[in-house]
Amino acid sequence: MTPQQKATLQKLGPFIALMVVCVGLAFMSPDFLTVGNLMNVMRQVSINALIAFGMTLVILLGGIDLSVGSILAVSSVLTAMLMKAGYDPVLATLVGILAGALMGSVNGLIVAKGKVAPFIATLGMMTVLRGTSLVLSNGSPITGFSSDFFSTLGGGYLAGLVPVPVVWTLLMFALFWFVLKKTVFGRHVYATGGNPEAARLSGVKTDRVQIWVYTISGAMAAMAGVVLTSRLNSAQPTAGVGYELDAIAAVVLGGTSLAGGRGWIFGTLVGALLIGVLNNGLNLMGVSSFYQLIVKGAVILLAVLLDRAGKR
Amino acid sequence: MQVAMAGINKAFGPVRVLEGVDFSVAGGEIHALMGENGAGKSTLMKILCGVYSADAGSITVDGLPVNIRSTRDAEERGIAIIHQELNLIPQLSVMENLFLGREPRRFGVIDSGRMRREAGVWLQKVGAGQIDPTREAGTLSIGQQQLVEIAKALSLNAQVLIMDEPTAALTEHEIATLFQIMADLKARGVAIVYVSHRMEEIFKICDKISVLRDGSFVGERVIAETGFDEIVKLMVGRELGERFPAREVTPGEVRLKVADLSDEGNISGIGFEVRAGEVMGVAGLMGAGRSEILKTLFGVNRATCGQIELDGKPVVPRDPGEAIAAGIGFVTEDRKSQGLVLGLSVRENATLVHLDEYARGGVVNGRAESAAVQQLIGELRIRTRDAELDVKSLSGGNQQKVVFAKWLAKPPRVLLLDEPTRGVDVGGKAEIYHIINRLAAAGTAIVMVSSELPEVLAMSDRILVMHQGRQAAIFDARTTNQEEIMTAATGGL
Ligand SMILES: Nc1ncnc2c1ncn2[C@@H]1O[C@H](COP(=O)(O)OP(=O)(O)OP(=O)(O)O)[C@@H](O)[C@H]1O
Ligand SMILES: [Mg+2]
Repeated sequence: MTPQQKATLQKLGPFIALMVVCVGLAFMSPDFLTVGNLMNVMRQVSINALIAFGMTLVILLGGIDLSVGSILAVSSVLTAMLMKAGYDPVLATLVGILAGALMGSVNGLIVAKGKVAPFIATLGMMTVLRGTSLVLSNGSPITGFSSDFFSTLGGGYLAGLVPVPVVWTLLMFALFWFVLKKTVFGRHVYATGGNPEAARLSGVKTDRVQIWVYTISGAMAAMAGVVLTSRLNSAQPTAGVGYELDAIAAVVLGGTSLAGGRGWIFGTLVGALLIGVLNNGLNLMGVSSFYQLIVKGAVILLAVLLDRAGKR
Repeated sequence: MQVAMAGINKAFGPVRVLEGVDFSVAGGEIHALMGENGAGKSTLMKILCGVYSADAGSITVDGLPVNIRSTRDAEERGIAIIHQELNLIPQLSVMENLFLGREPRRFGVIDSGRMRREAGVWLQKVGAGQIDPTREAGTLSIGQQQLVEIAKALSLNAQVLIMDEPTAALTEHEIATLFQIMADLKARGVAIVYVSHRMEEIFKICDKISVLRDGSFVGERVIAETGFDEIVKLMVGRELGERFPAREVTPGEVRLKVADLSDEGNISGIGFEVRAGEVMGVAGLMGAGRSEILKTLFGVNRATCGQIELDGKPVVPRDPGEAIAAGIGFVTEDRKSQGLVLGLSVRENATLVHLDEYARGGVVNGRAESAAVQQLIGELRIRTRDAELDVKSLSGGNQQKVVFAKWLAKPPRVLLLDEPTRGVDVGGKAEIYHIINRLAAAGTAIVMVSSELPEVLAMSDRILVMHQGRQAAIFDARTTNQEEIMTAATGGL
């Protein structure tokens, strides 16, 4: 096997794993391979996928964003409050997403200008923002807003078949793929993640790249928050706890290196699908949620170990 | 001790890097290994010291076949190597690096007192006694790191010592010390393999020379019976033109004017002018502040006082981005840490600086980019199978050409060069000199720091000599000589 073939195989590893799991589940559970169930899986995956896309950029930079779950909650609460106060749902949604971007940019500023390690910076923000969402909502879920537009965002179907969140996810996937593959900004993300010093000496404004990337991650978390709020028809101040871990898992499963500079968005989509399919399949088979956690964790470890082994 | 490699084959995937190579070295001999960039020298040596394993072939020590599977194996057989690329762990101290994996212990605990004393002794031996053994390795200059690597290899008390371009980062002074050490080792019966692209050195210190071309062994010669031309012909397979191509440029207006420039403690009172089309060489000992001048001009280091004028207009670059926007380019000294993003492809590295040239509205035109990269690869004769390969899979000299390529997409008004031909073979050097000349002819003002005095003398119009952070003299390159420059560099003026 040539190095190229090996590299291609390795890149496709997560995809192959996904196929294997799907085929396995199709045999074990007759309900798995139905259009309805697959669409359902995709819809469940969309929230994690949206967050994981933003997380991919952050991890490509060699960073990490632990605050996505909290950003999601603050944005949800904010959007719901605005709608409840009678503001236009479109405006409320936009404000929610913008707020997410703003929170992300604070992460970026702390990391880039304050030179704080991303783990610490976003850990701090995670706590601060969780508190913020509790304060804003007074600790209780916000319900009682209704808008056709808003409920379509998370619960609607395109052409009566494809859930709207899935449409969002695919659109965002295409956008992120394009940005990483085809734009100057994408190239600068890879360069900054691969060797910040060399990137800076080549004129890349590495600070600016970092700030933008955390901003994007925040916006994506907020977008996931909108989808979630719409689906549940309520905003929970405690929503999104632990979501950062699922997102990081999706990114890493997809083959993006935690060291930065190496990875791709397709892998992240596959990683998110893999996690989603596993959840769904285990549910269908009636495996208790306690065991589900064990299986999920084991699969992640196994995938990363295989990835390591392949790199030697 | 006699080490012989016979019939060595090695391929990385489909690429055959070595084919049936024979090589042998005996105790008490300094054996040069030469060849163009990418000829396979480093790969052959990595096989000898257990980093790679050969696909075919044998290694014998004193006639007995041995199986070297790891660097540990090699060290136990008394074979040590100084790698071409620096390998110190930047966060560890100098002494921790020196004794990594074999720390002196007492009662099972690391004996740091002893470690420090012994580190001091080894550093002293390589003429680097001024380096504090407890200092973090990452804070040392490249040259100092190289000295630490040499000290580390010496401390292994090897019977076979492989040196892969050890002098690339050193200046005359340290090199003289190194040669002294090598002579001592030779007298003690150590076998030394010496890889270098510096012809002068080879003829000065080596006894024998083996040449590789395109992964094949093309011949062994006794130094005393051969000459520069024969070696080059063996290496390149053809006669090479002039080593230093002549340049006919009539310098134009003053491009770069520096007055009374100081930074935060490395340099002070620097003042010079470079005209369009002129090459200003910068010479000096390690740590004299040569690179610091360039870094300050490029906005990496902060200037604390002084003026910089570009085409008569004052500029104060606060970061590299601003310097580049003003038309300044900078070929950095250390390709691994400053010049390249090793995990990216040749193409992505080559266009990193001027990616905007191939983009519209932030979207890269892949075809235009690839075409430009192909042209650069051709122009610089970068040896790579494919522009999409990771730049780290290229040989050292070819990586250096990629660093150069980054700045050529759009000729800069001022080009700062810090050791531009480090690790580049004779042919490649000539190509880079041609490029320097061509840029100069097109009106670029060039400031070139180099530790290779023959290069500085031949390529520059004028030569600025640094001594301890101050400028000791500016000589006219046509009338000065090595002795005069060395005297000024050591503070003798
Ligand atoms: N790990 C690797 N994977 C793929 N190709 C490699 C690898 N290491 C080296 N090569 C290729 O092998 C060839 C020989 O490389 P090597 O580093 O041995 O050259 P060299 O003679 O030391 O050159 P230089 O003078 O530039 O240091 C080059 O074409 C290089 O691209
Ligand atoms: Mg080499």
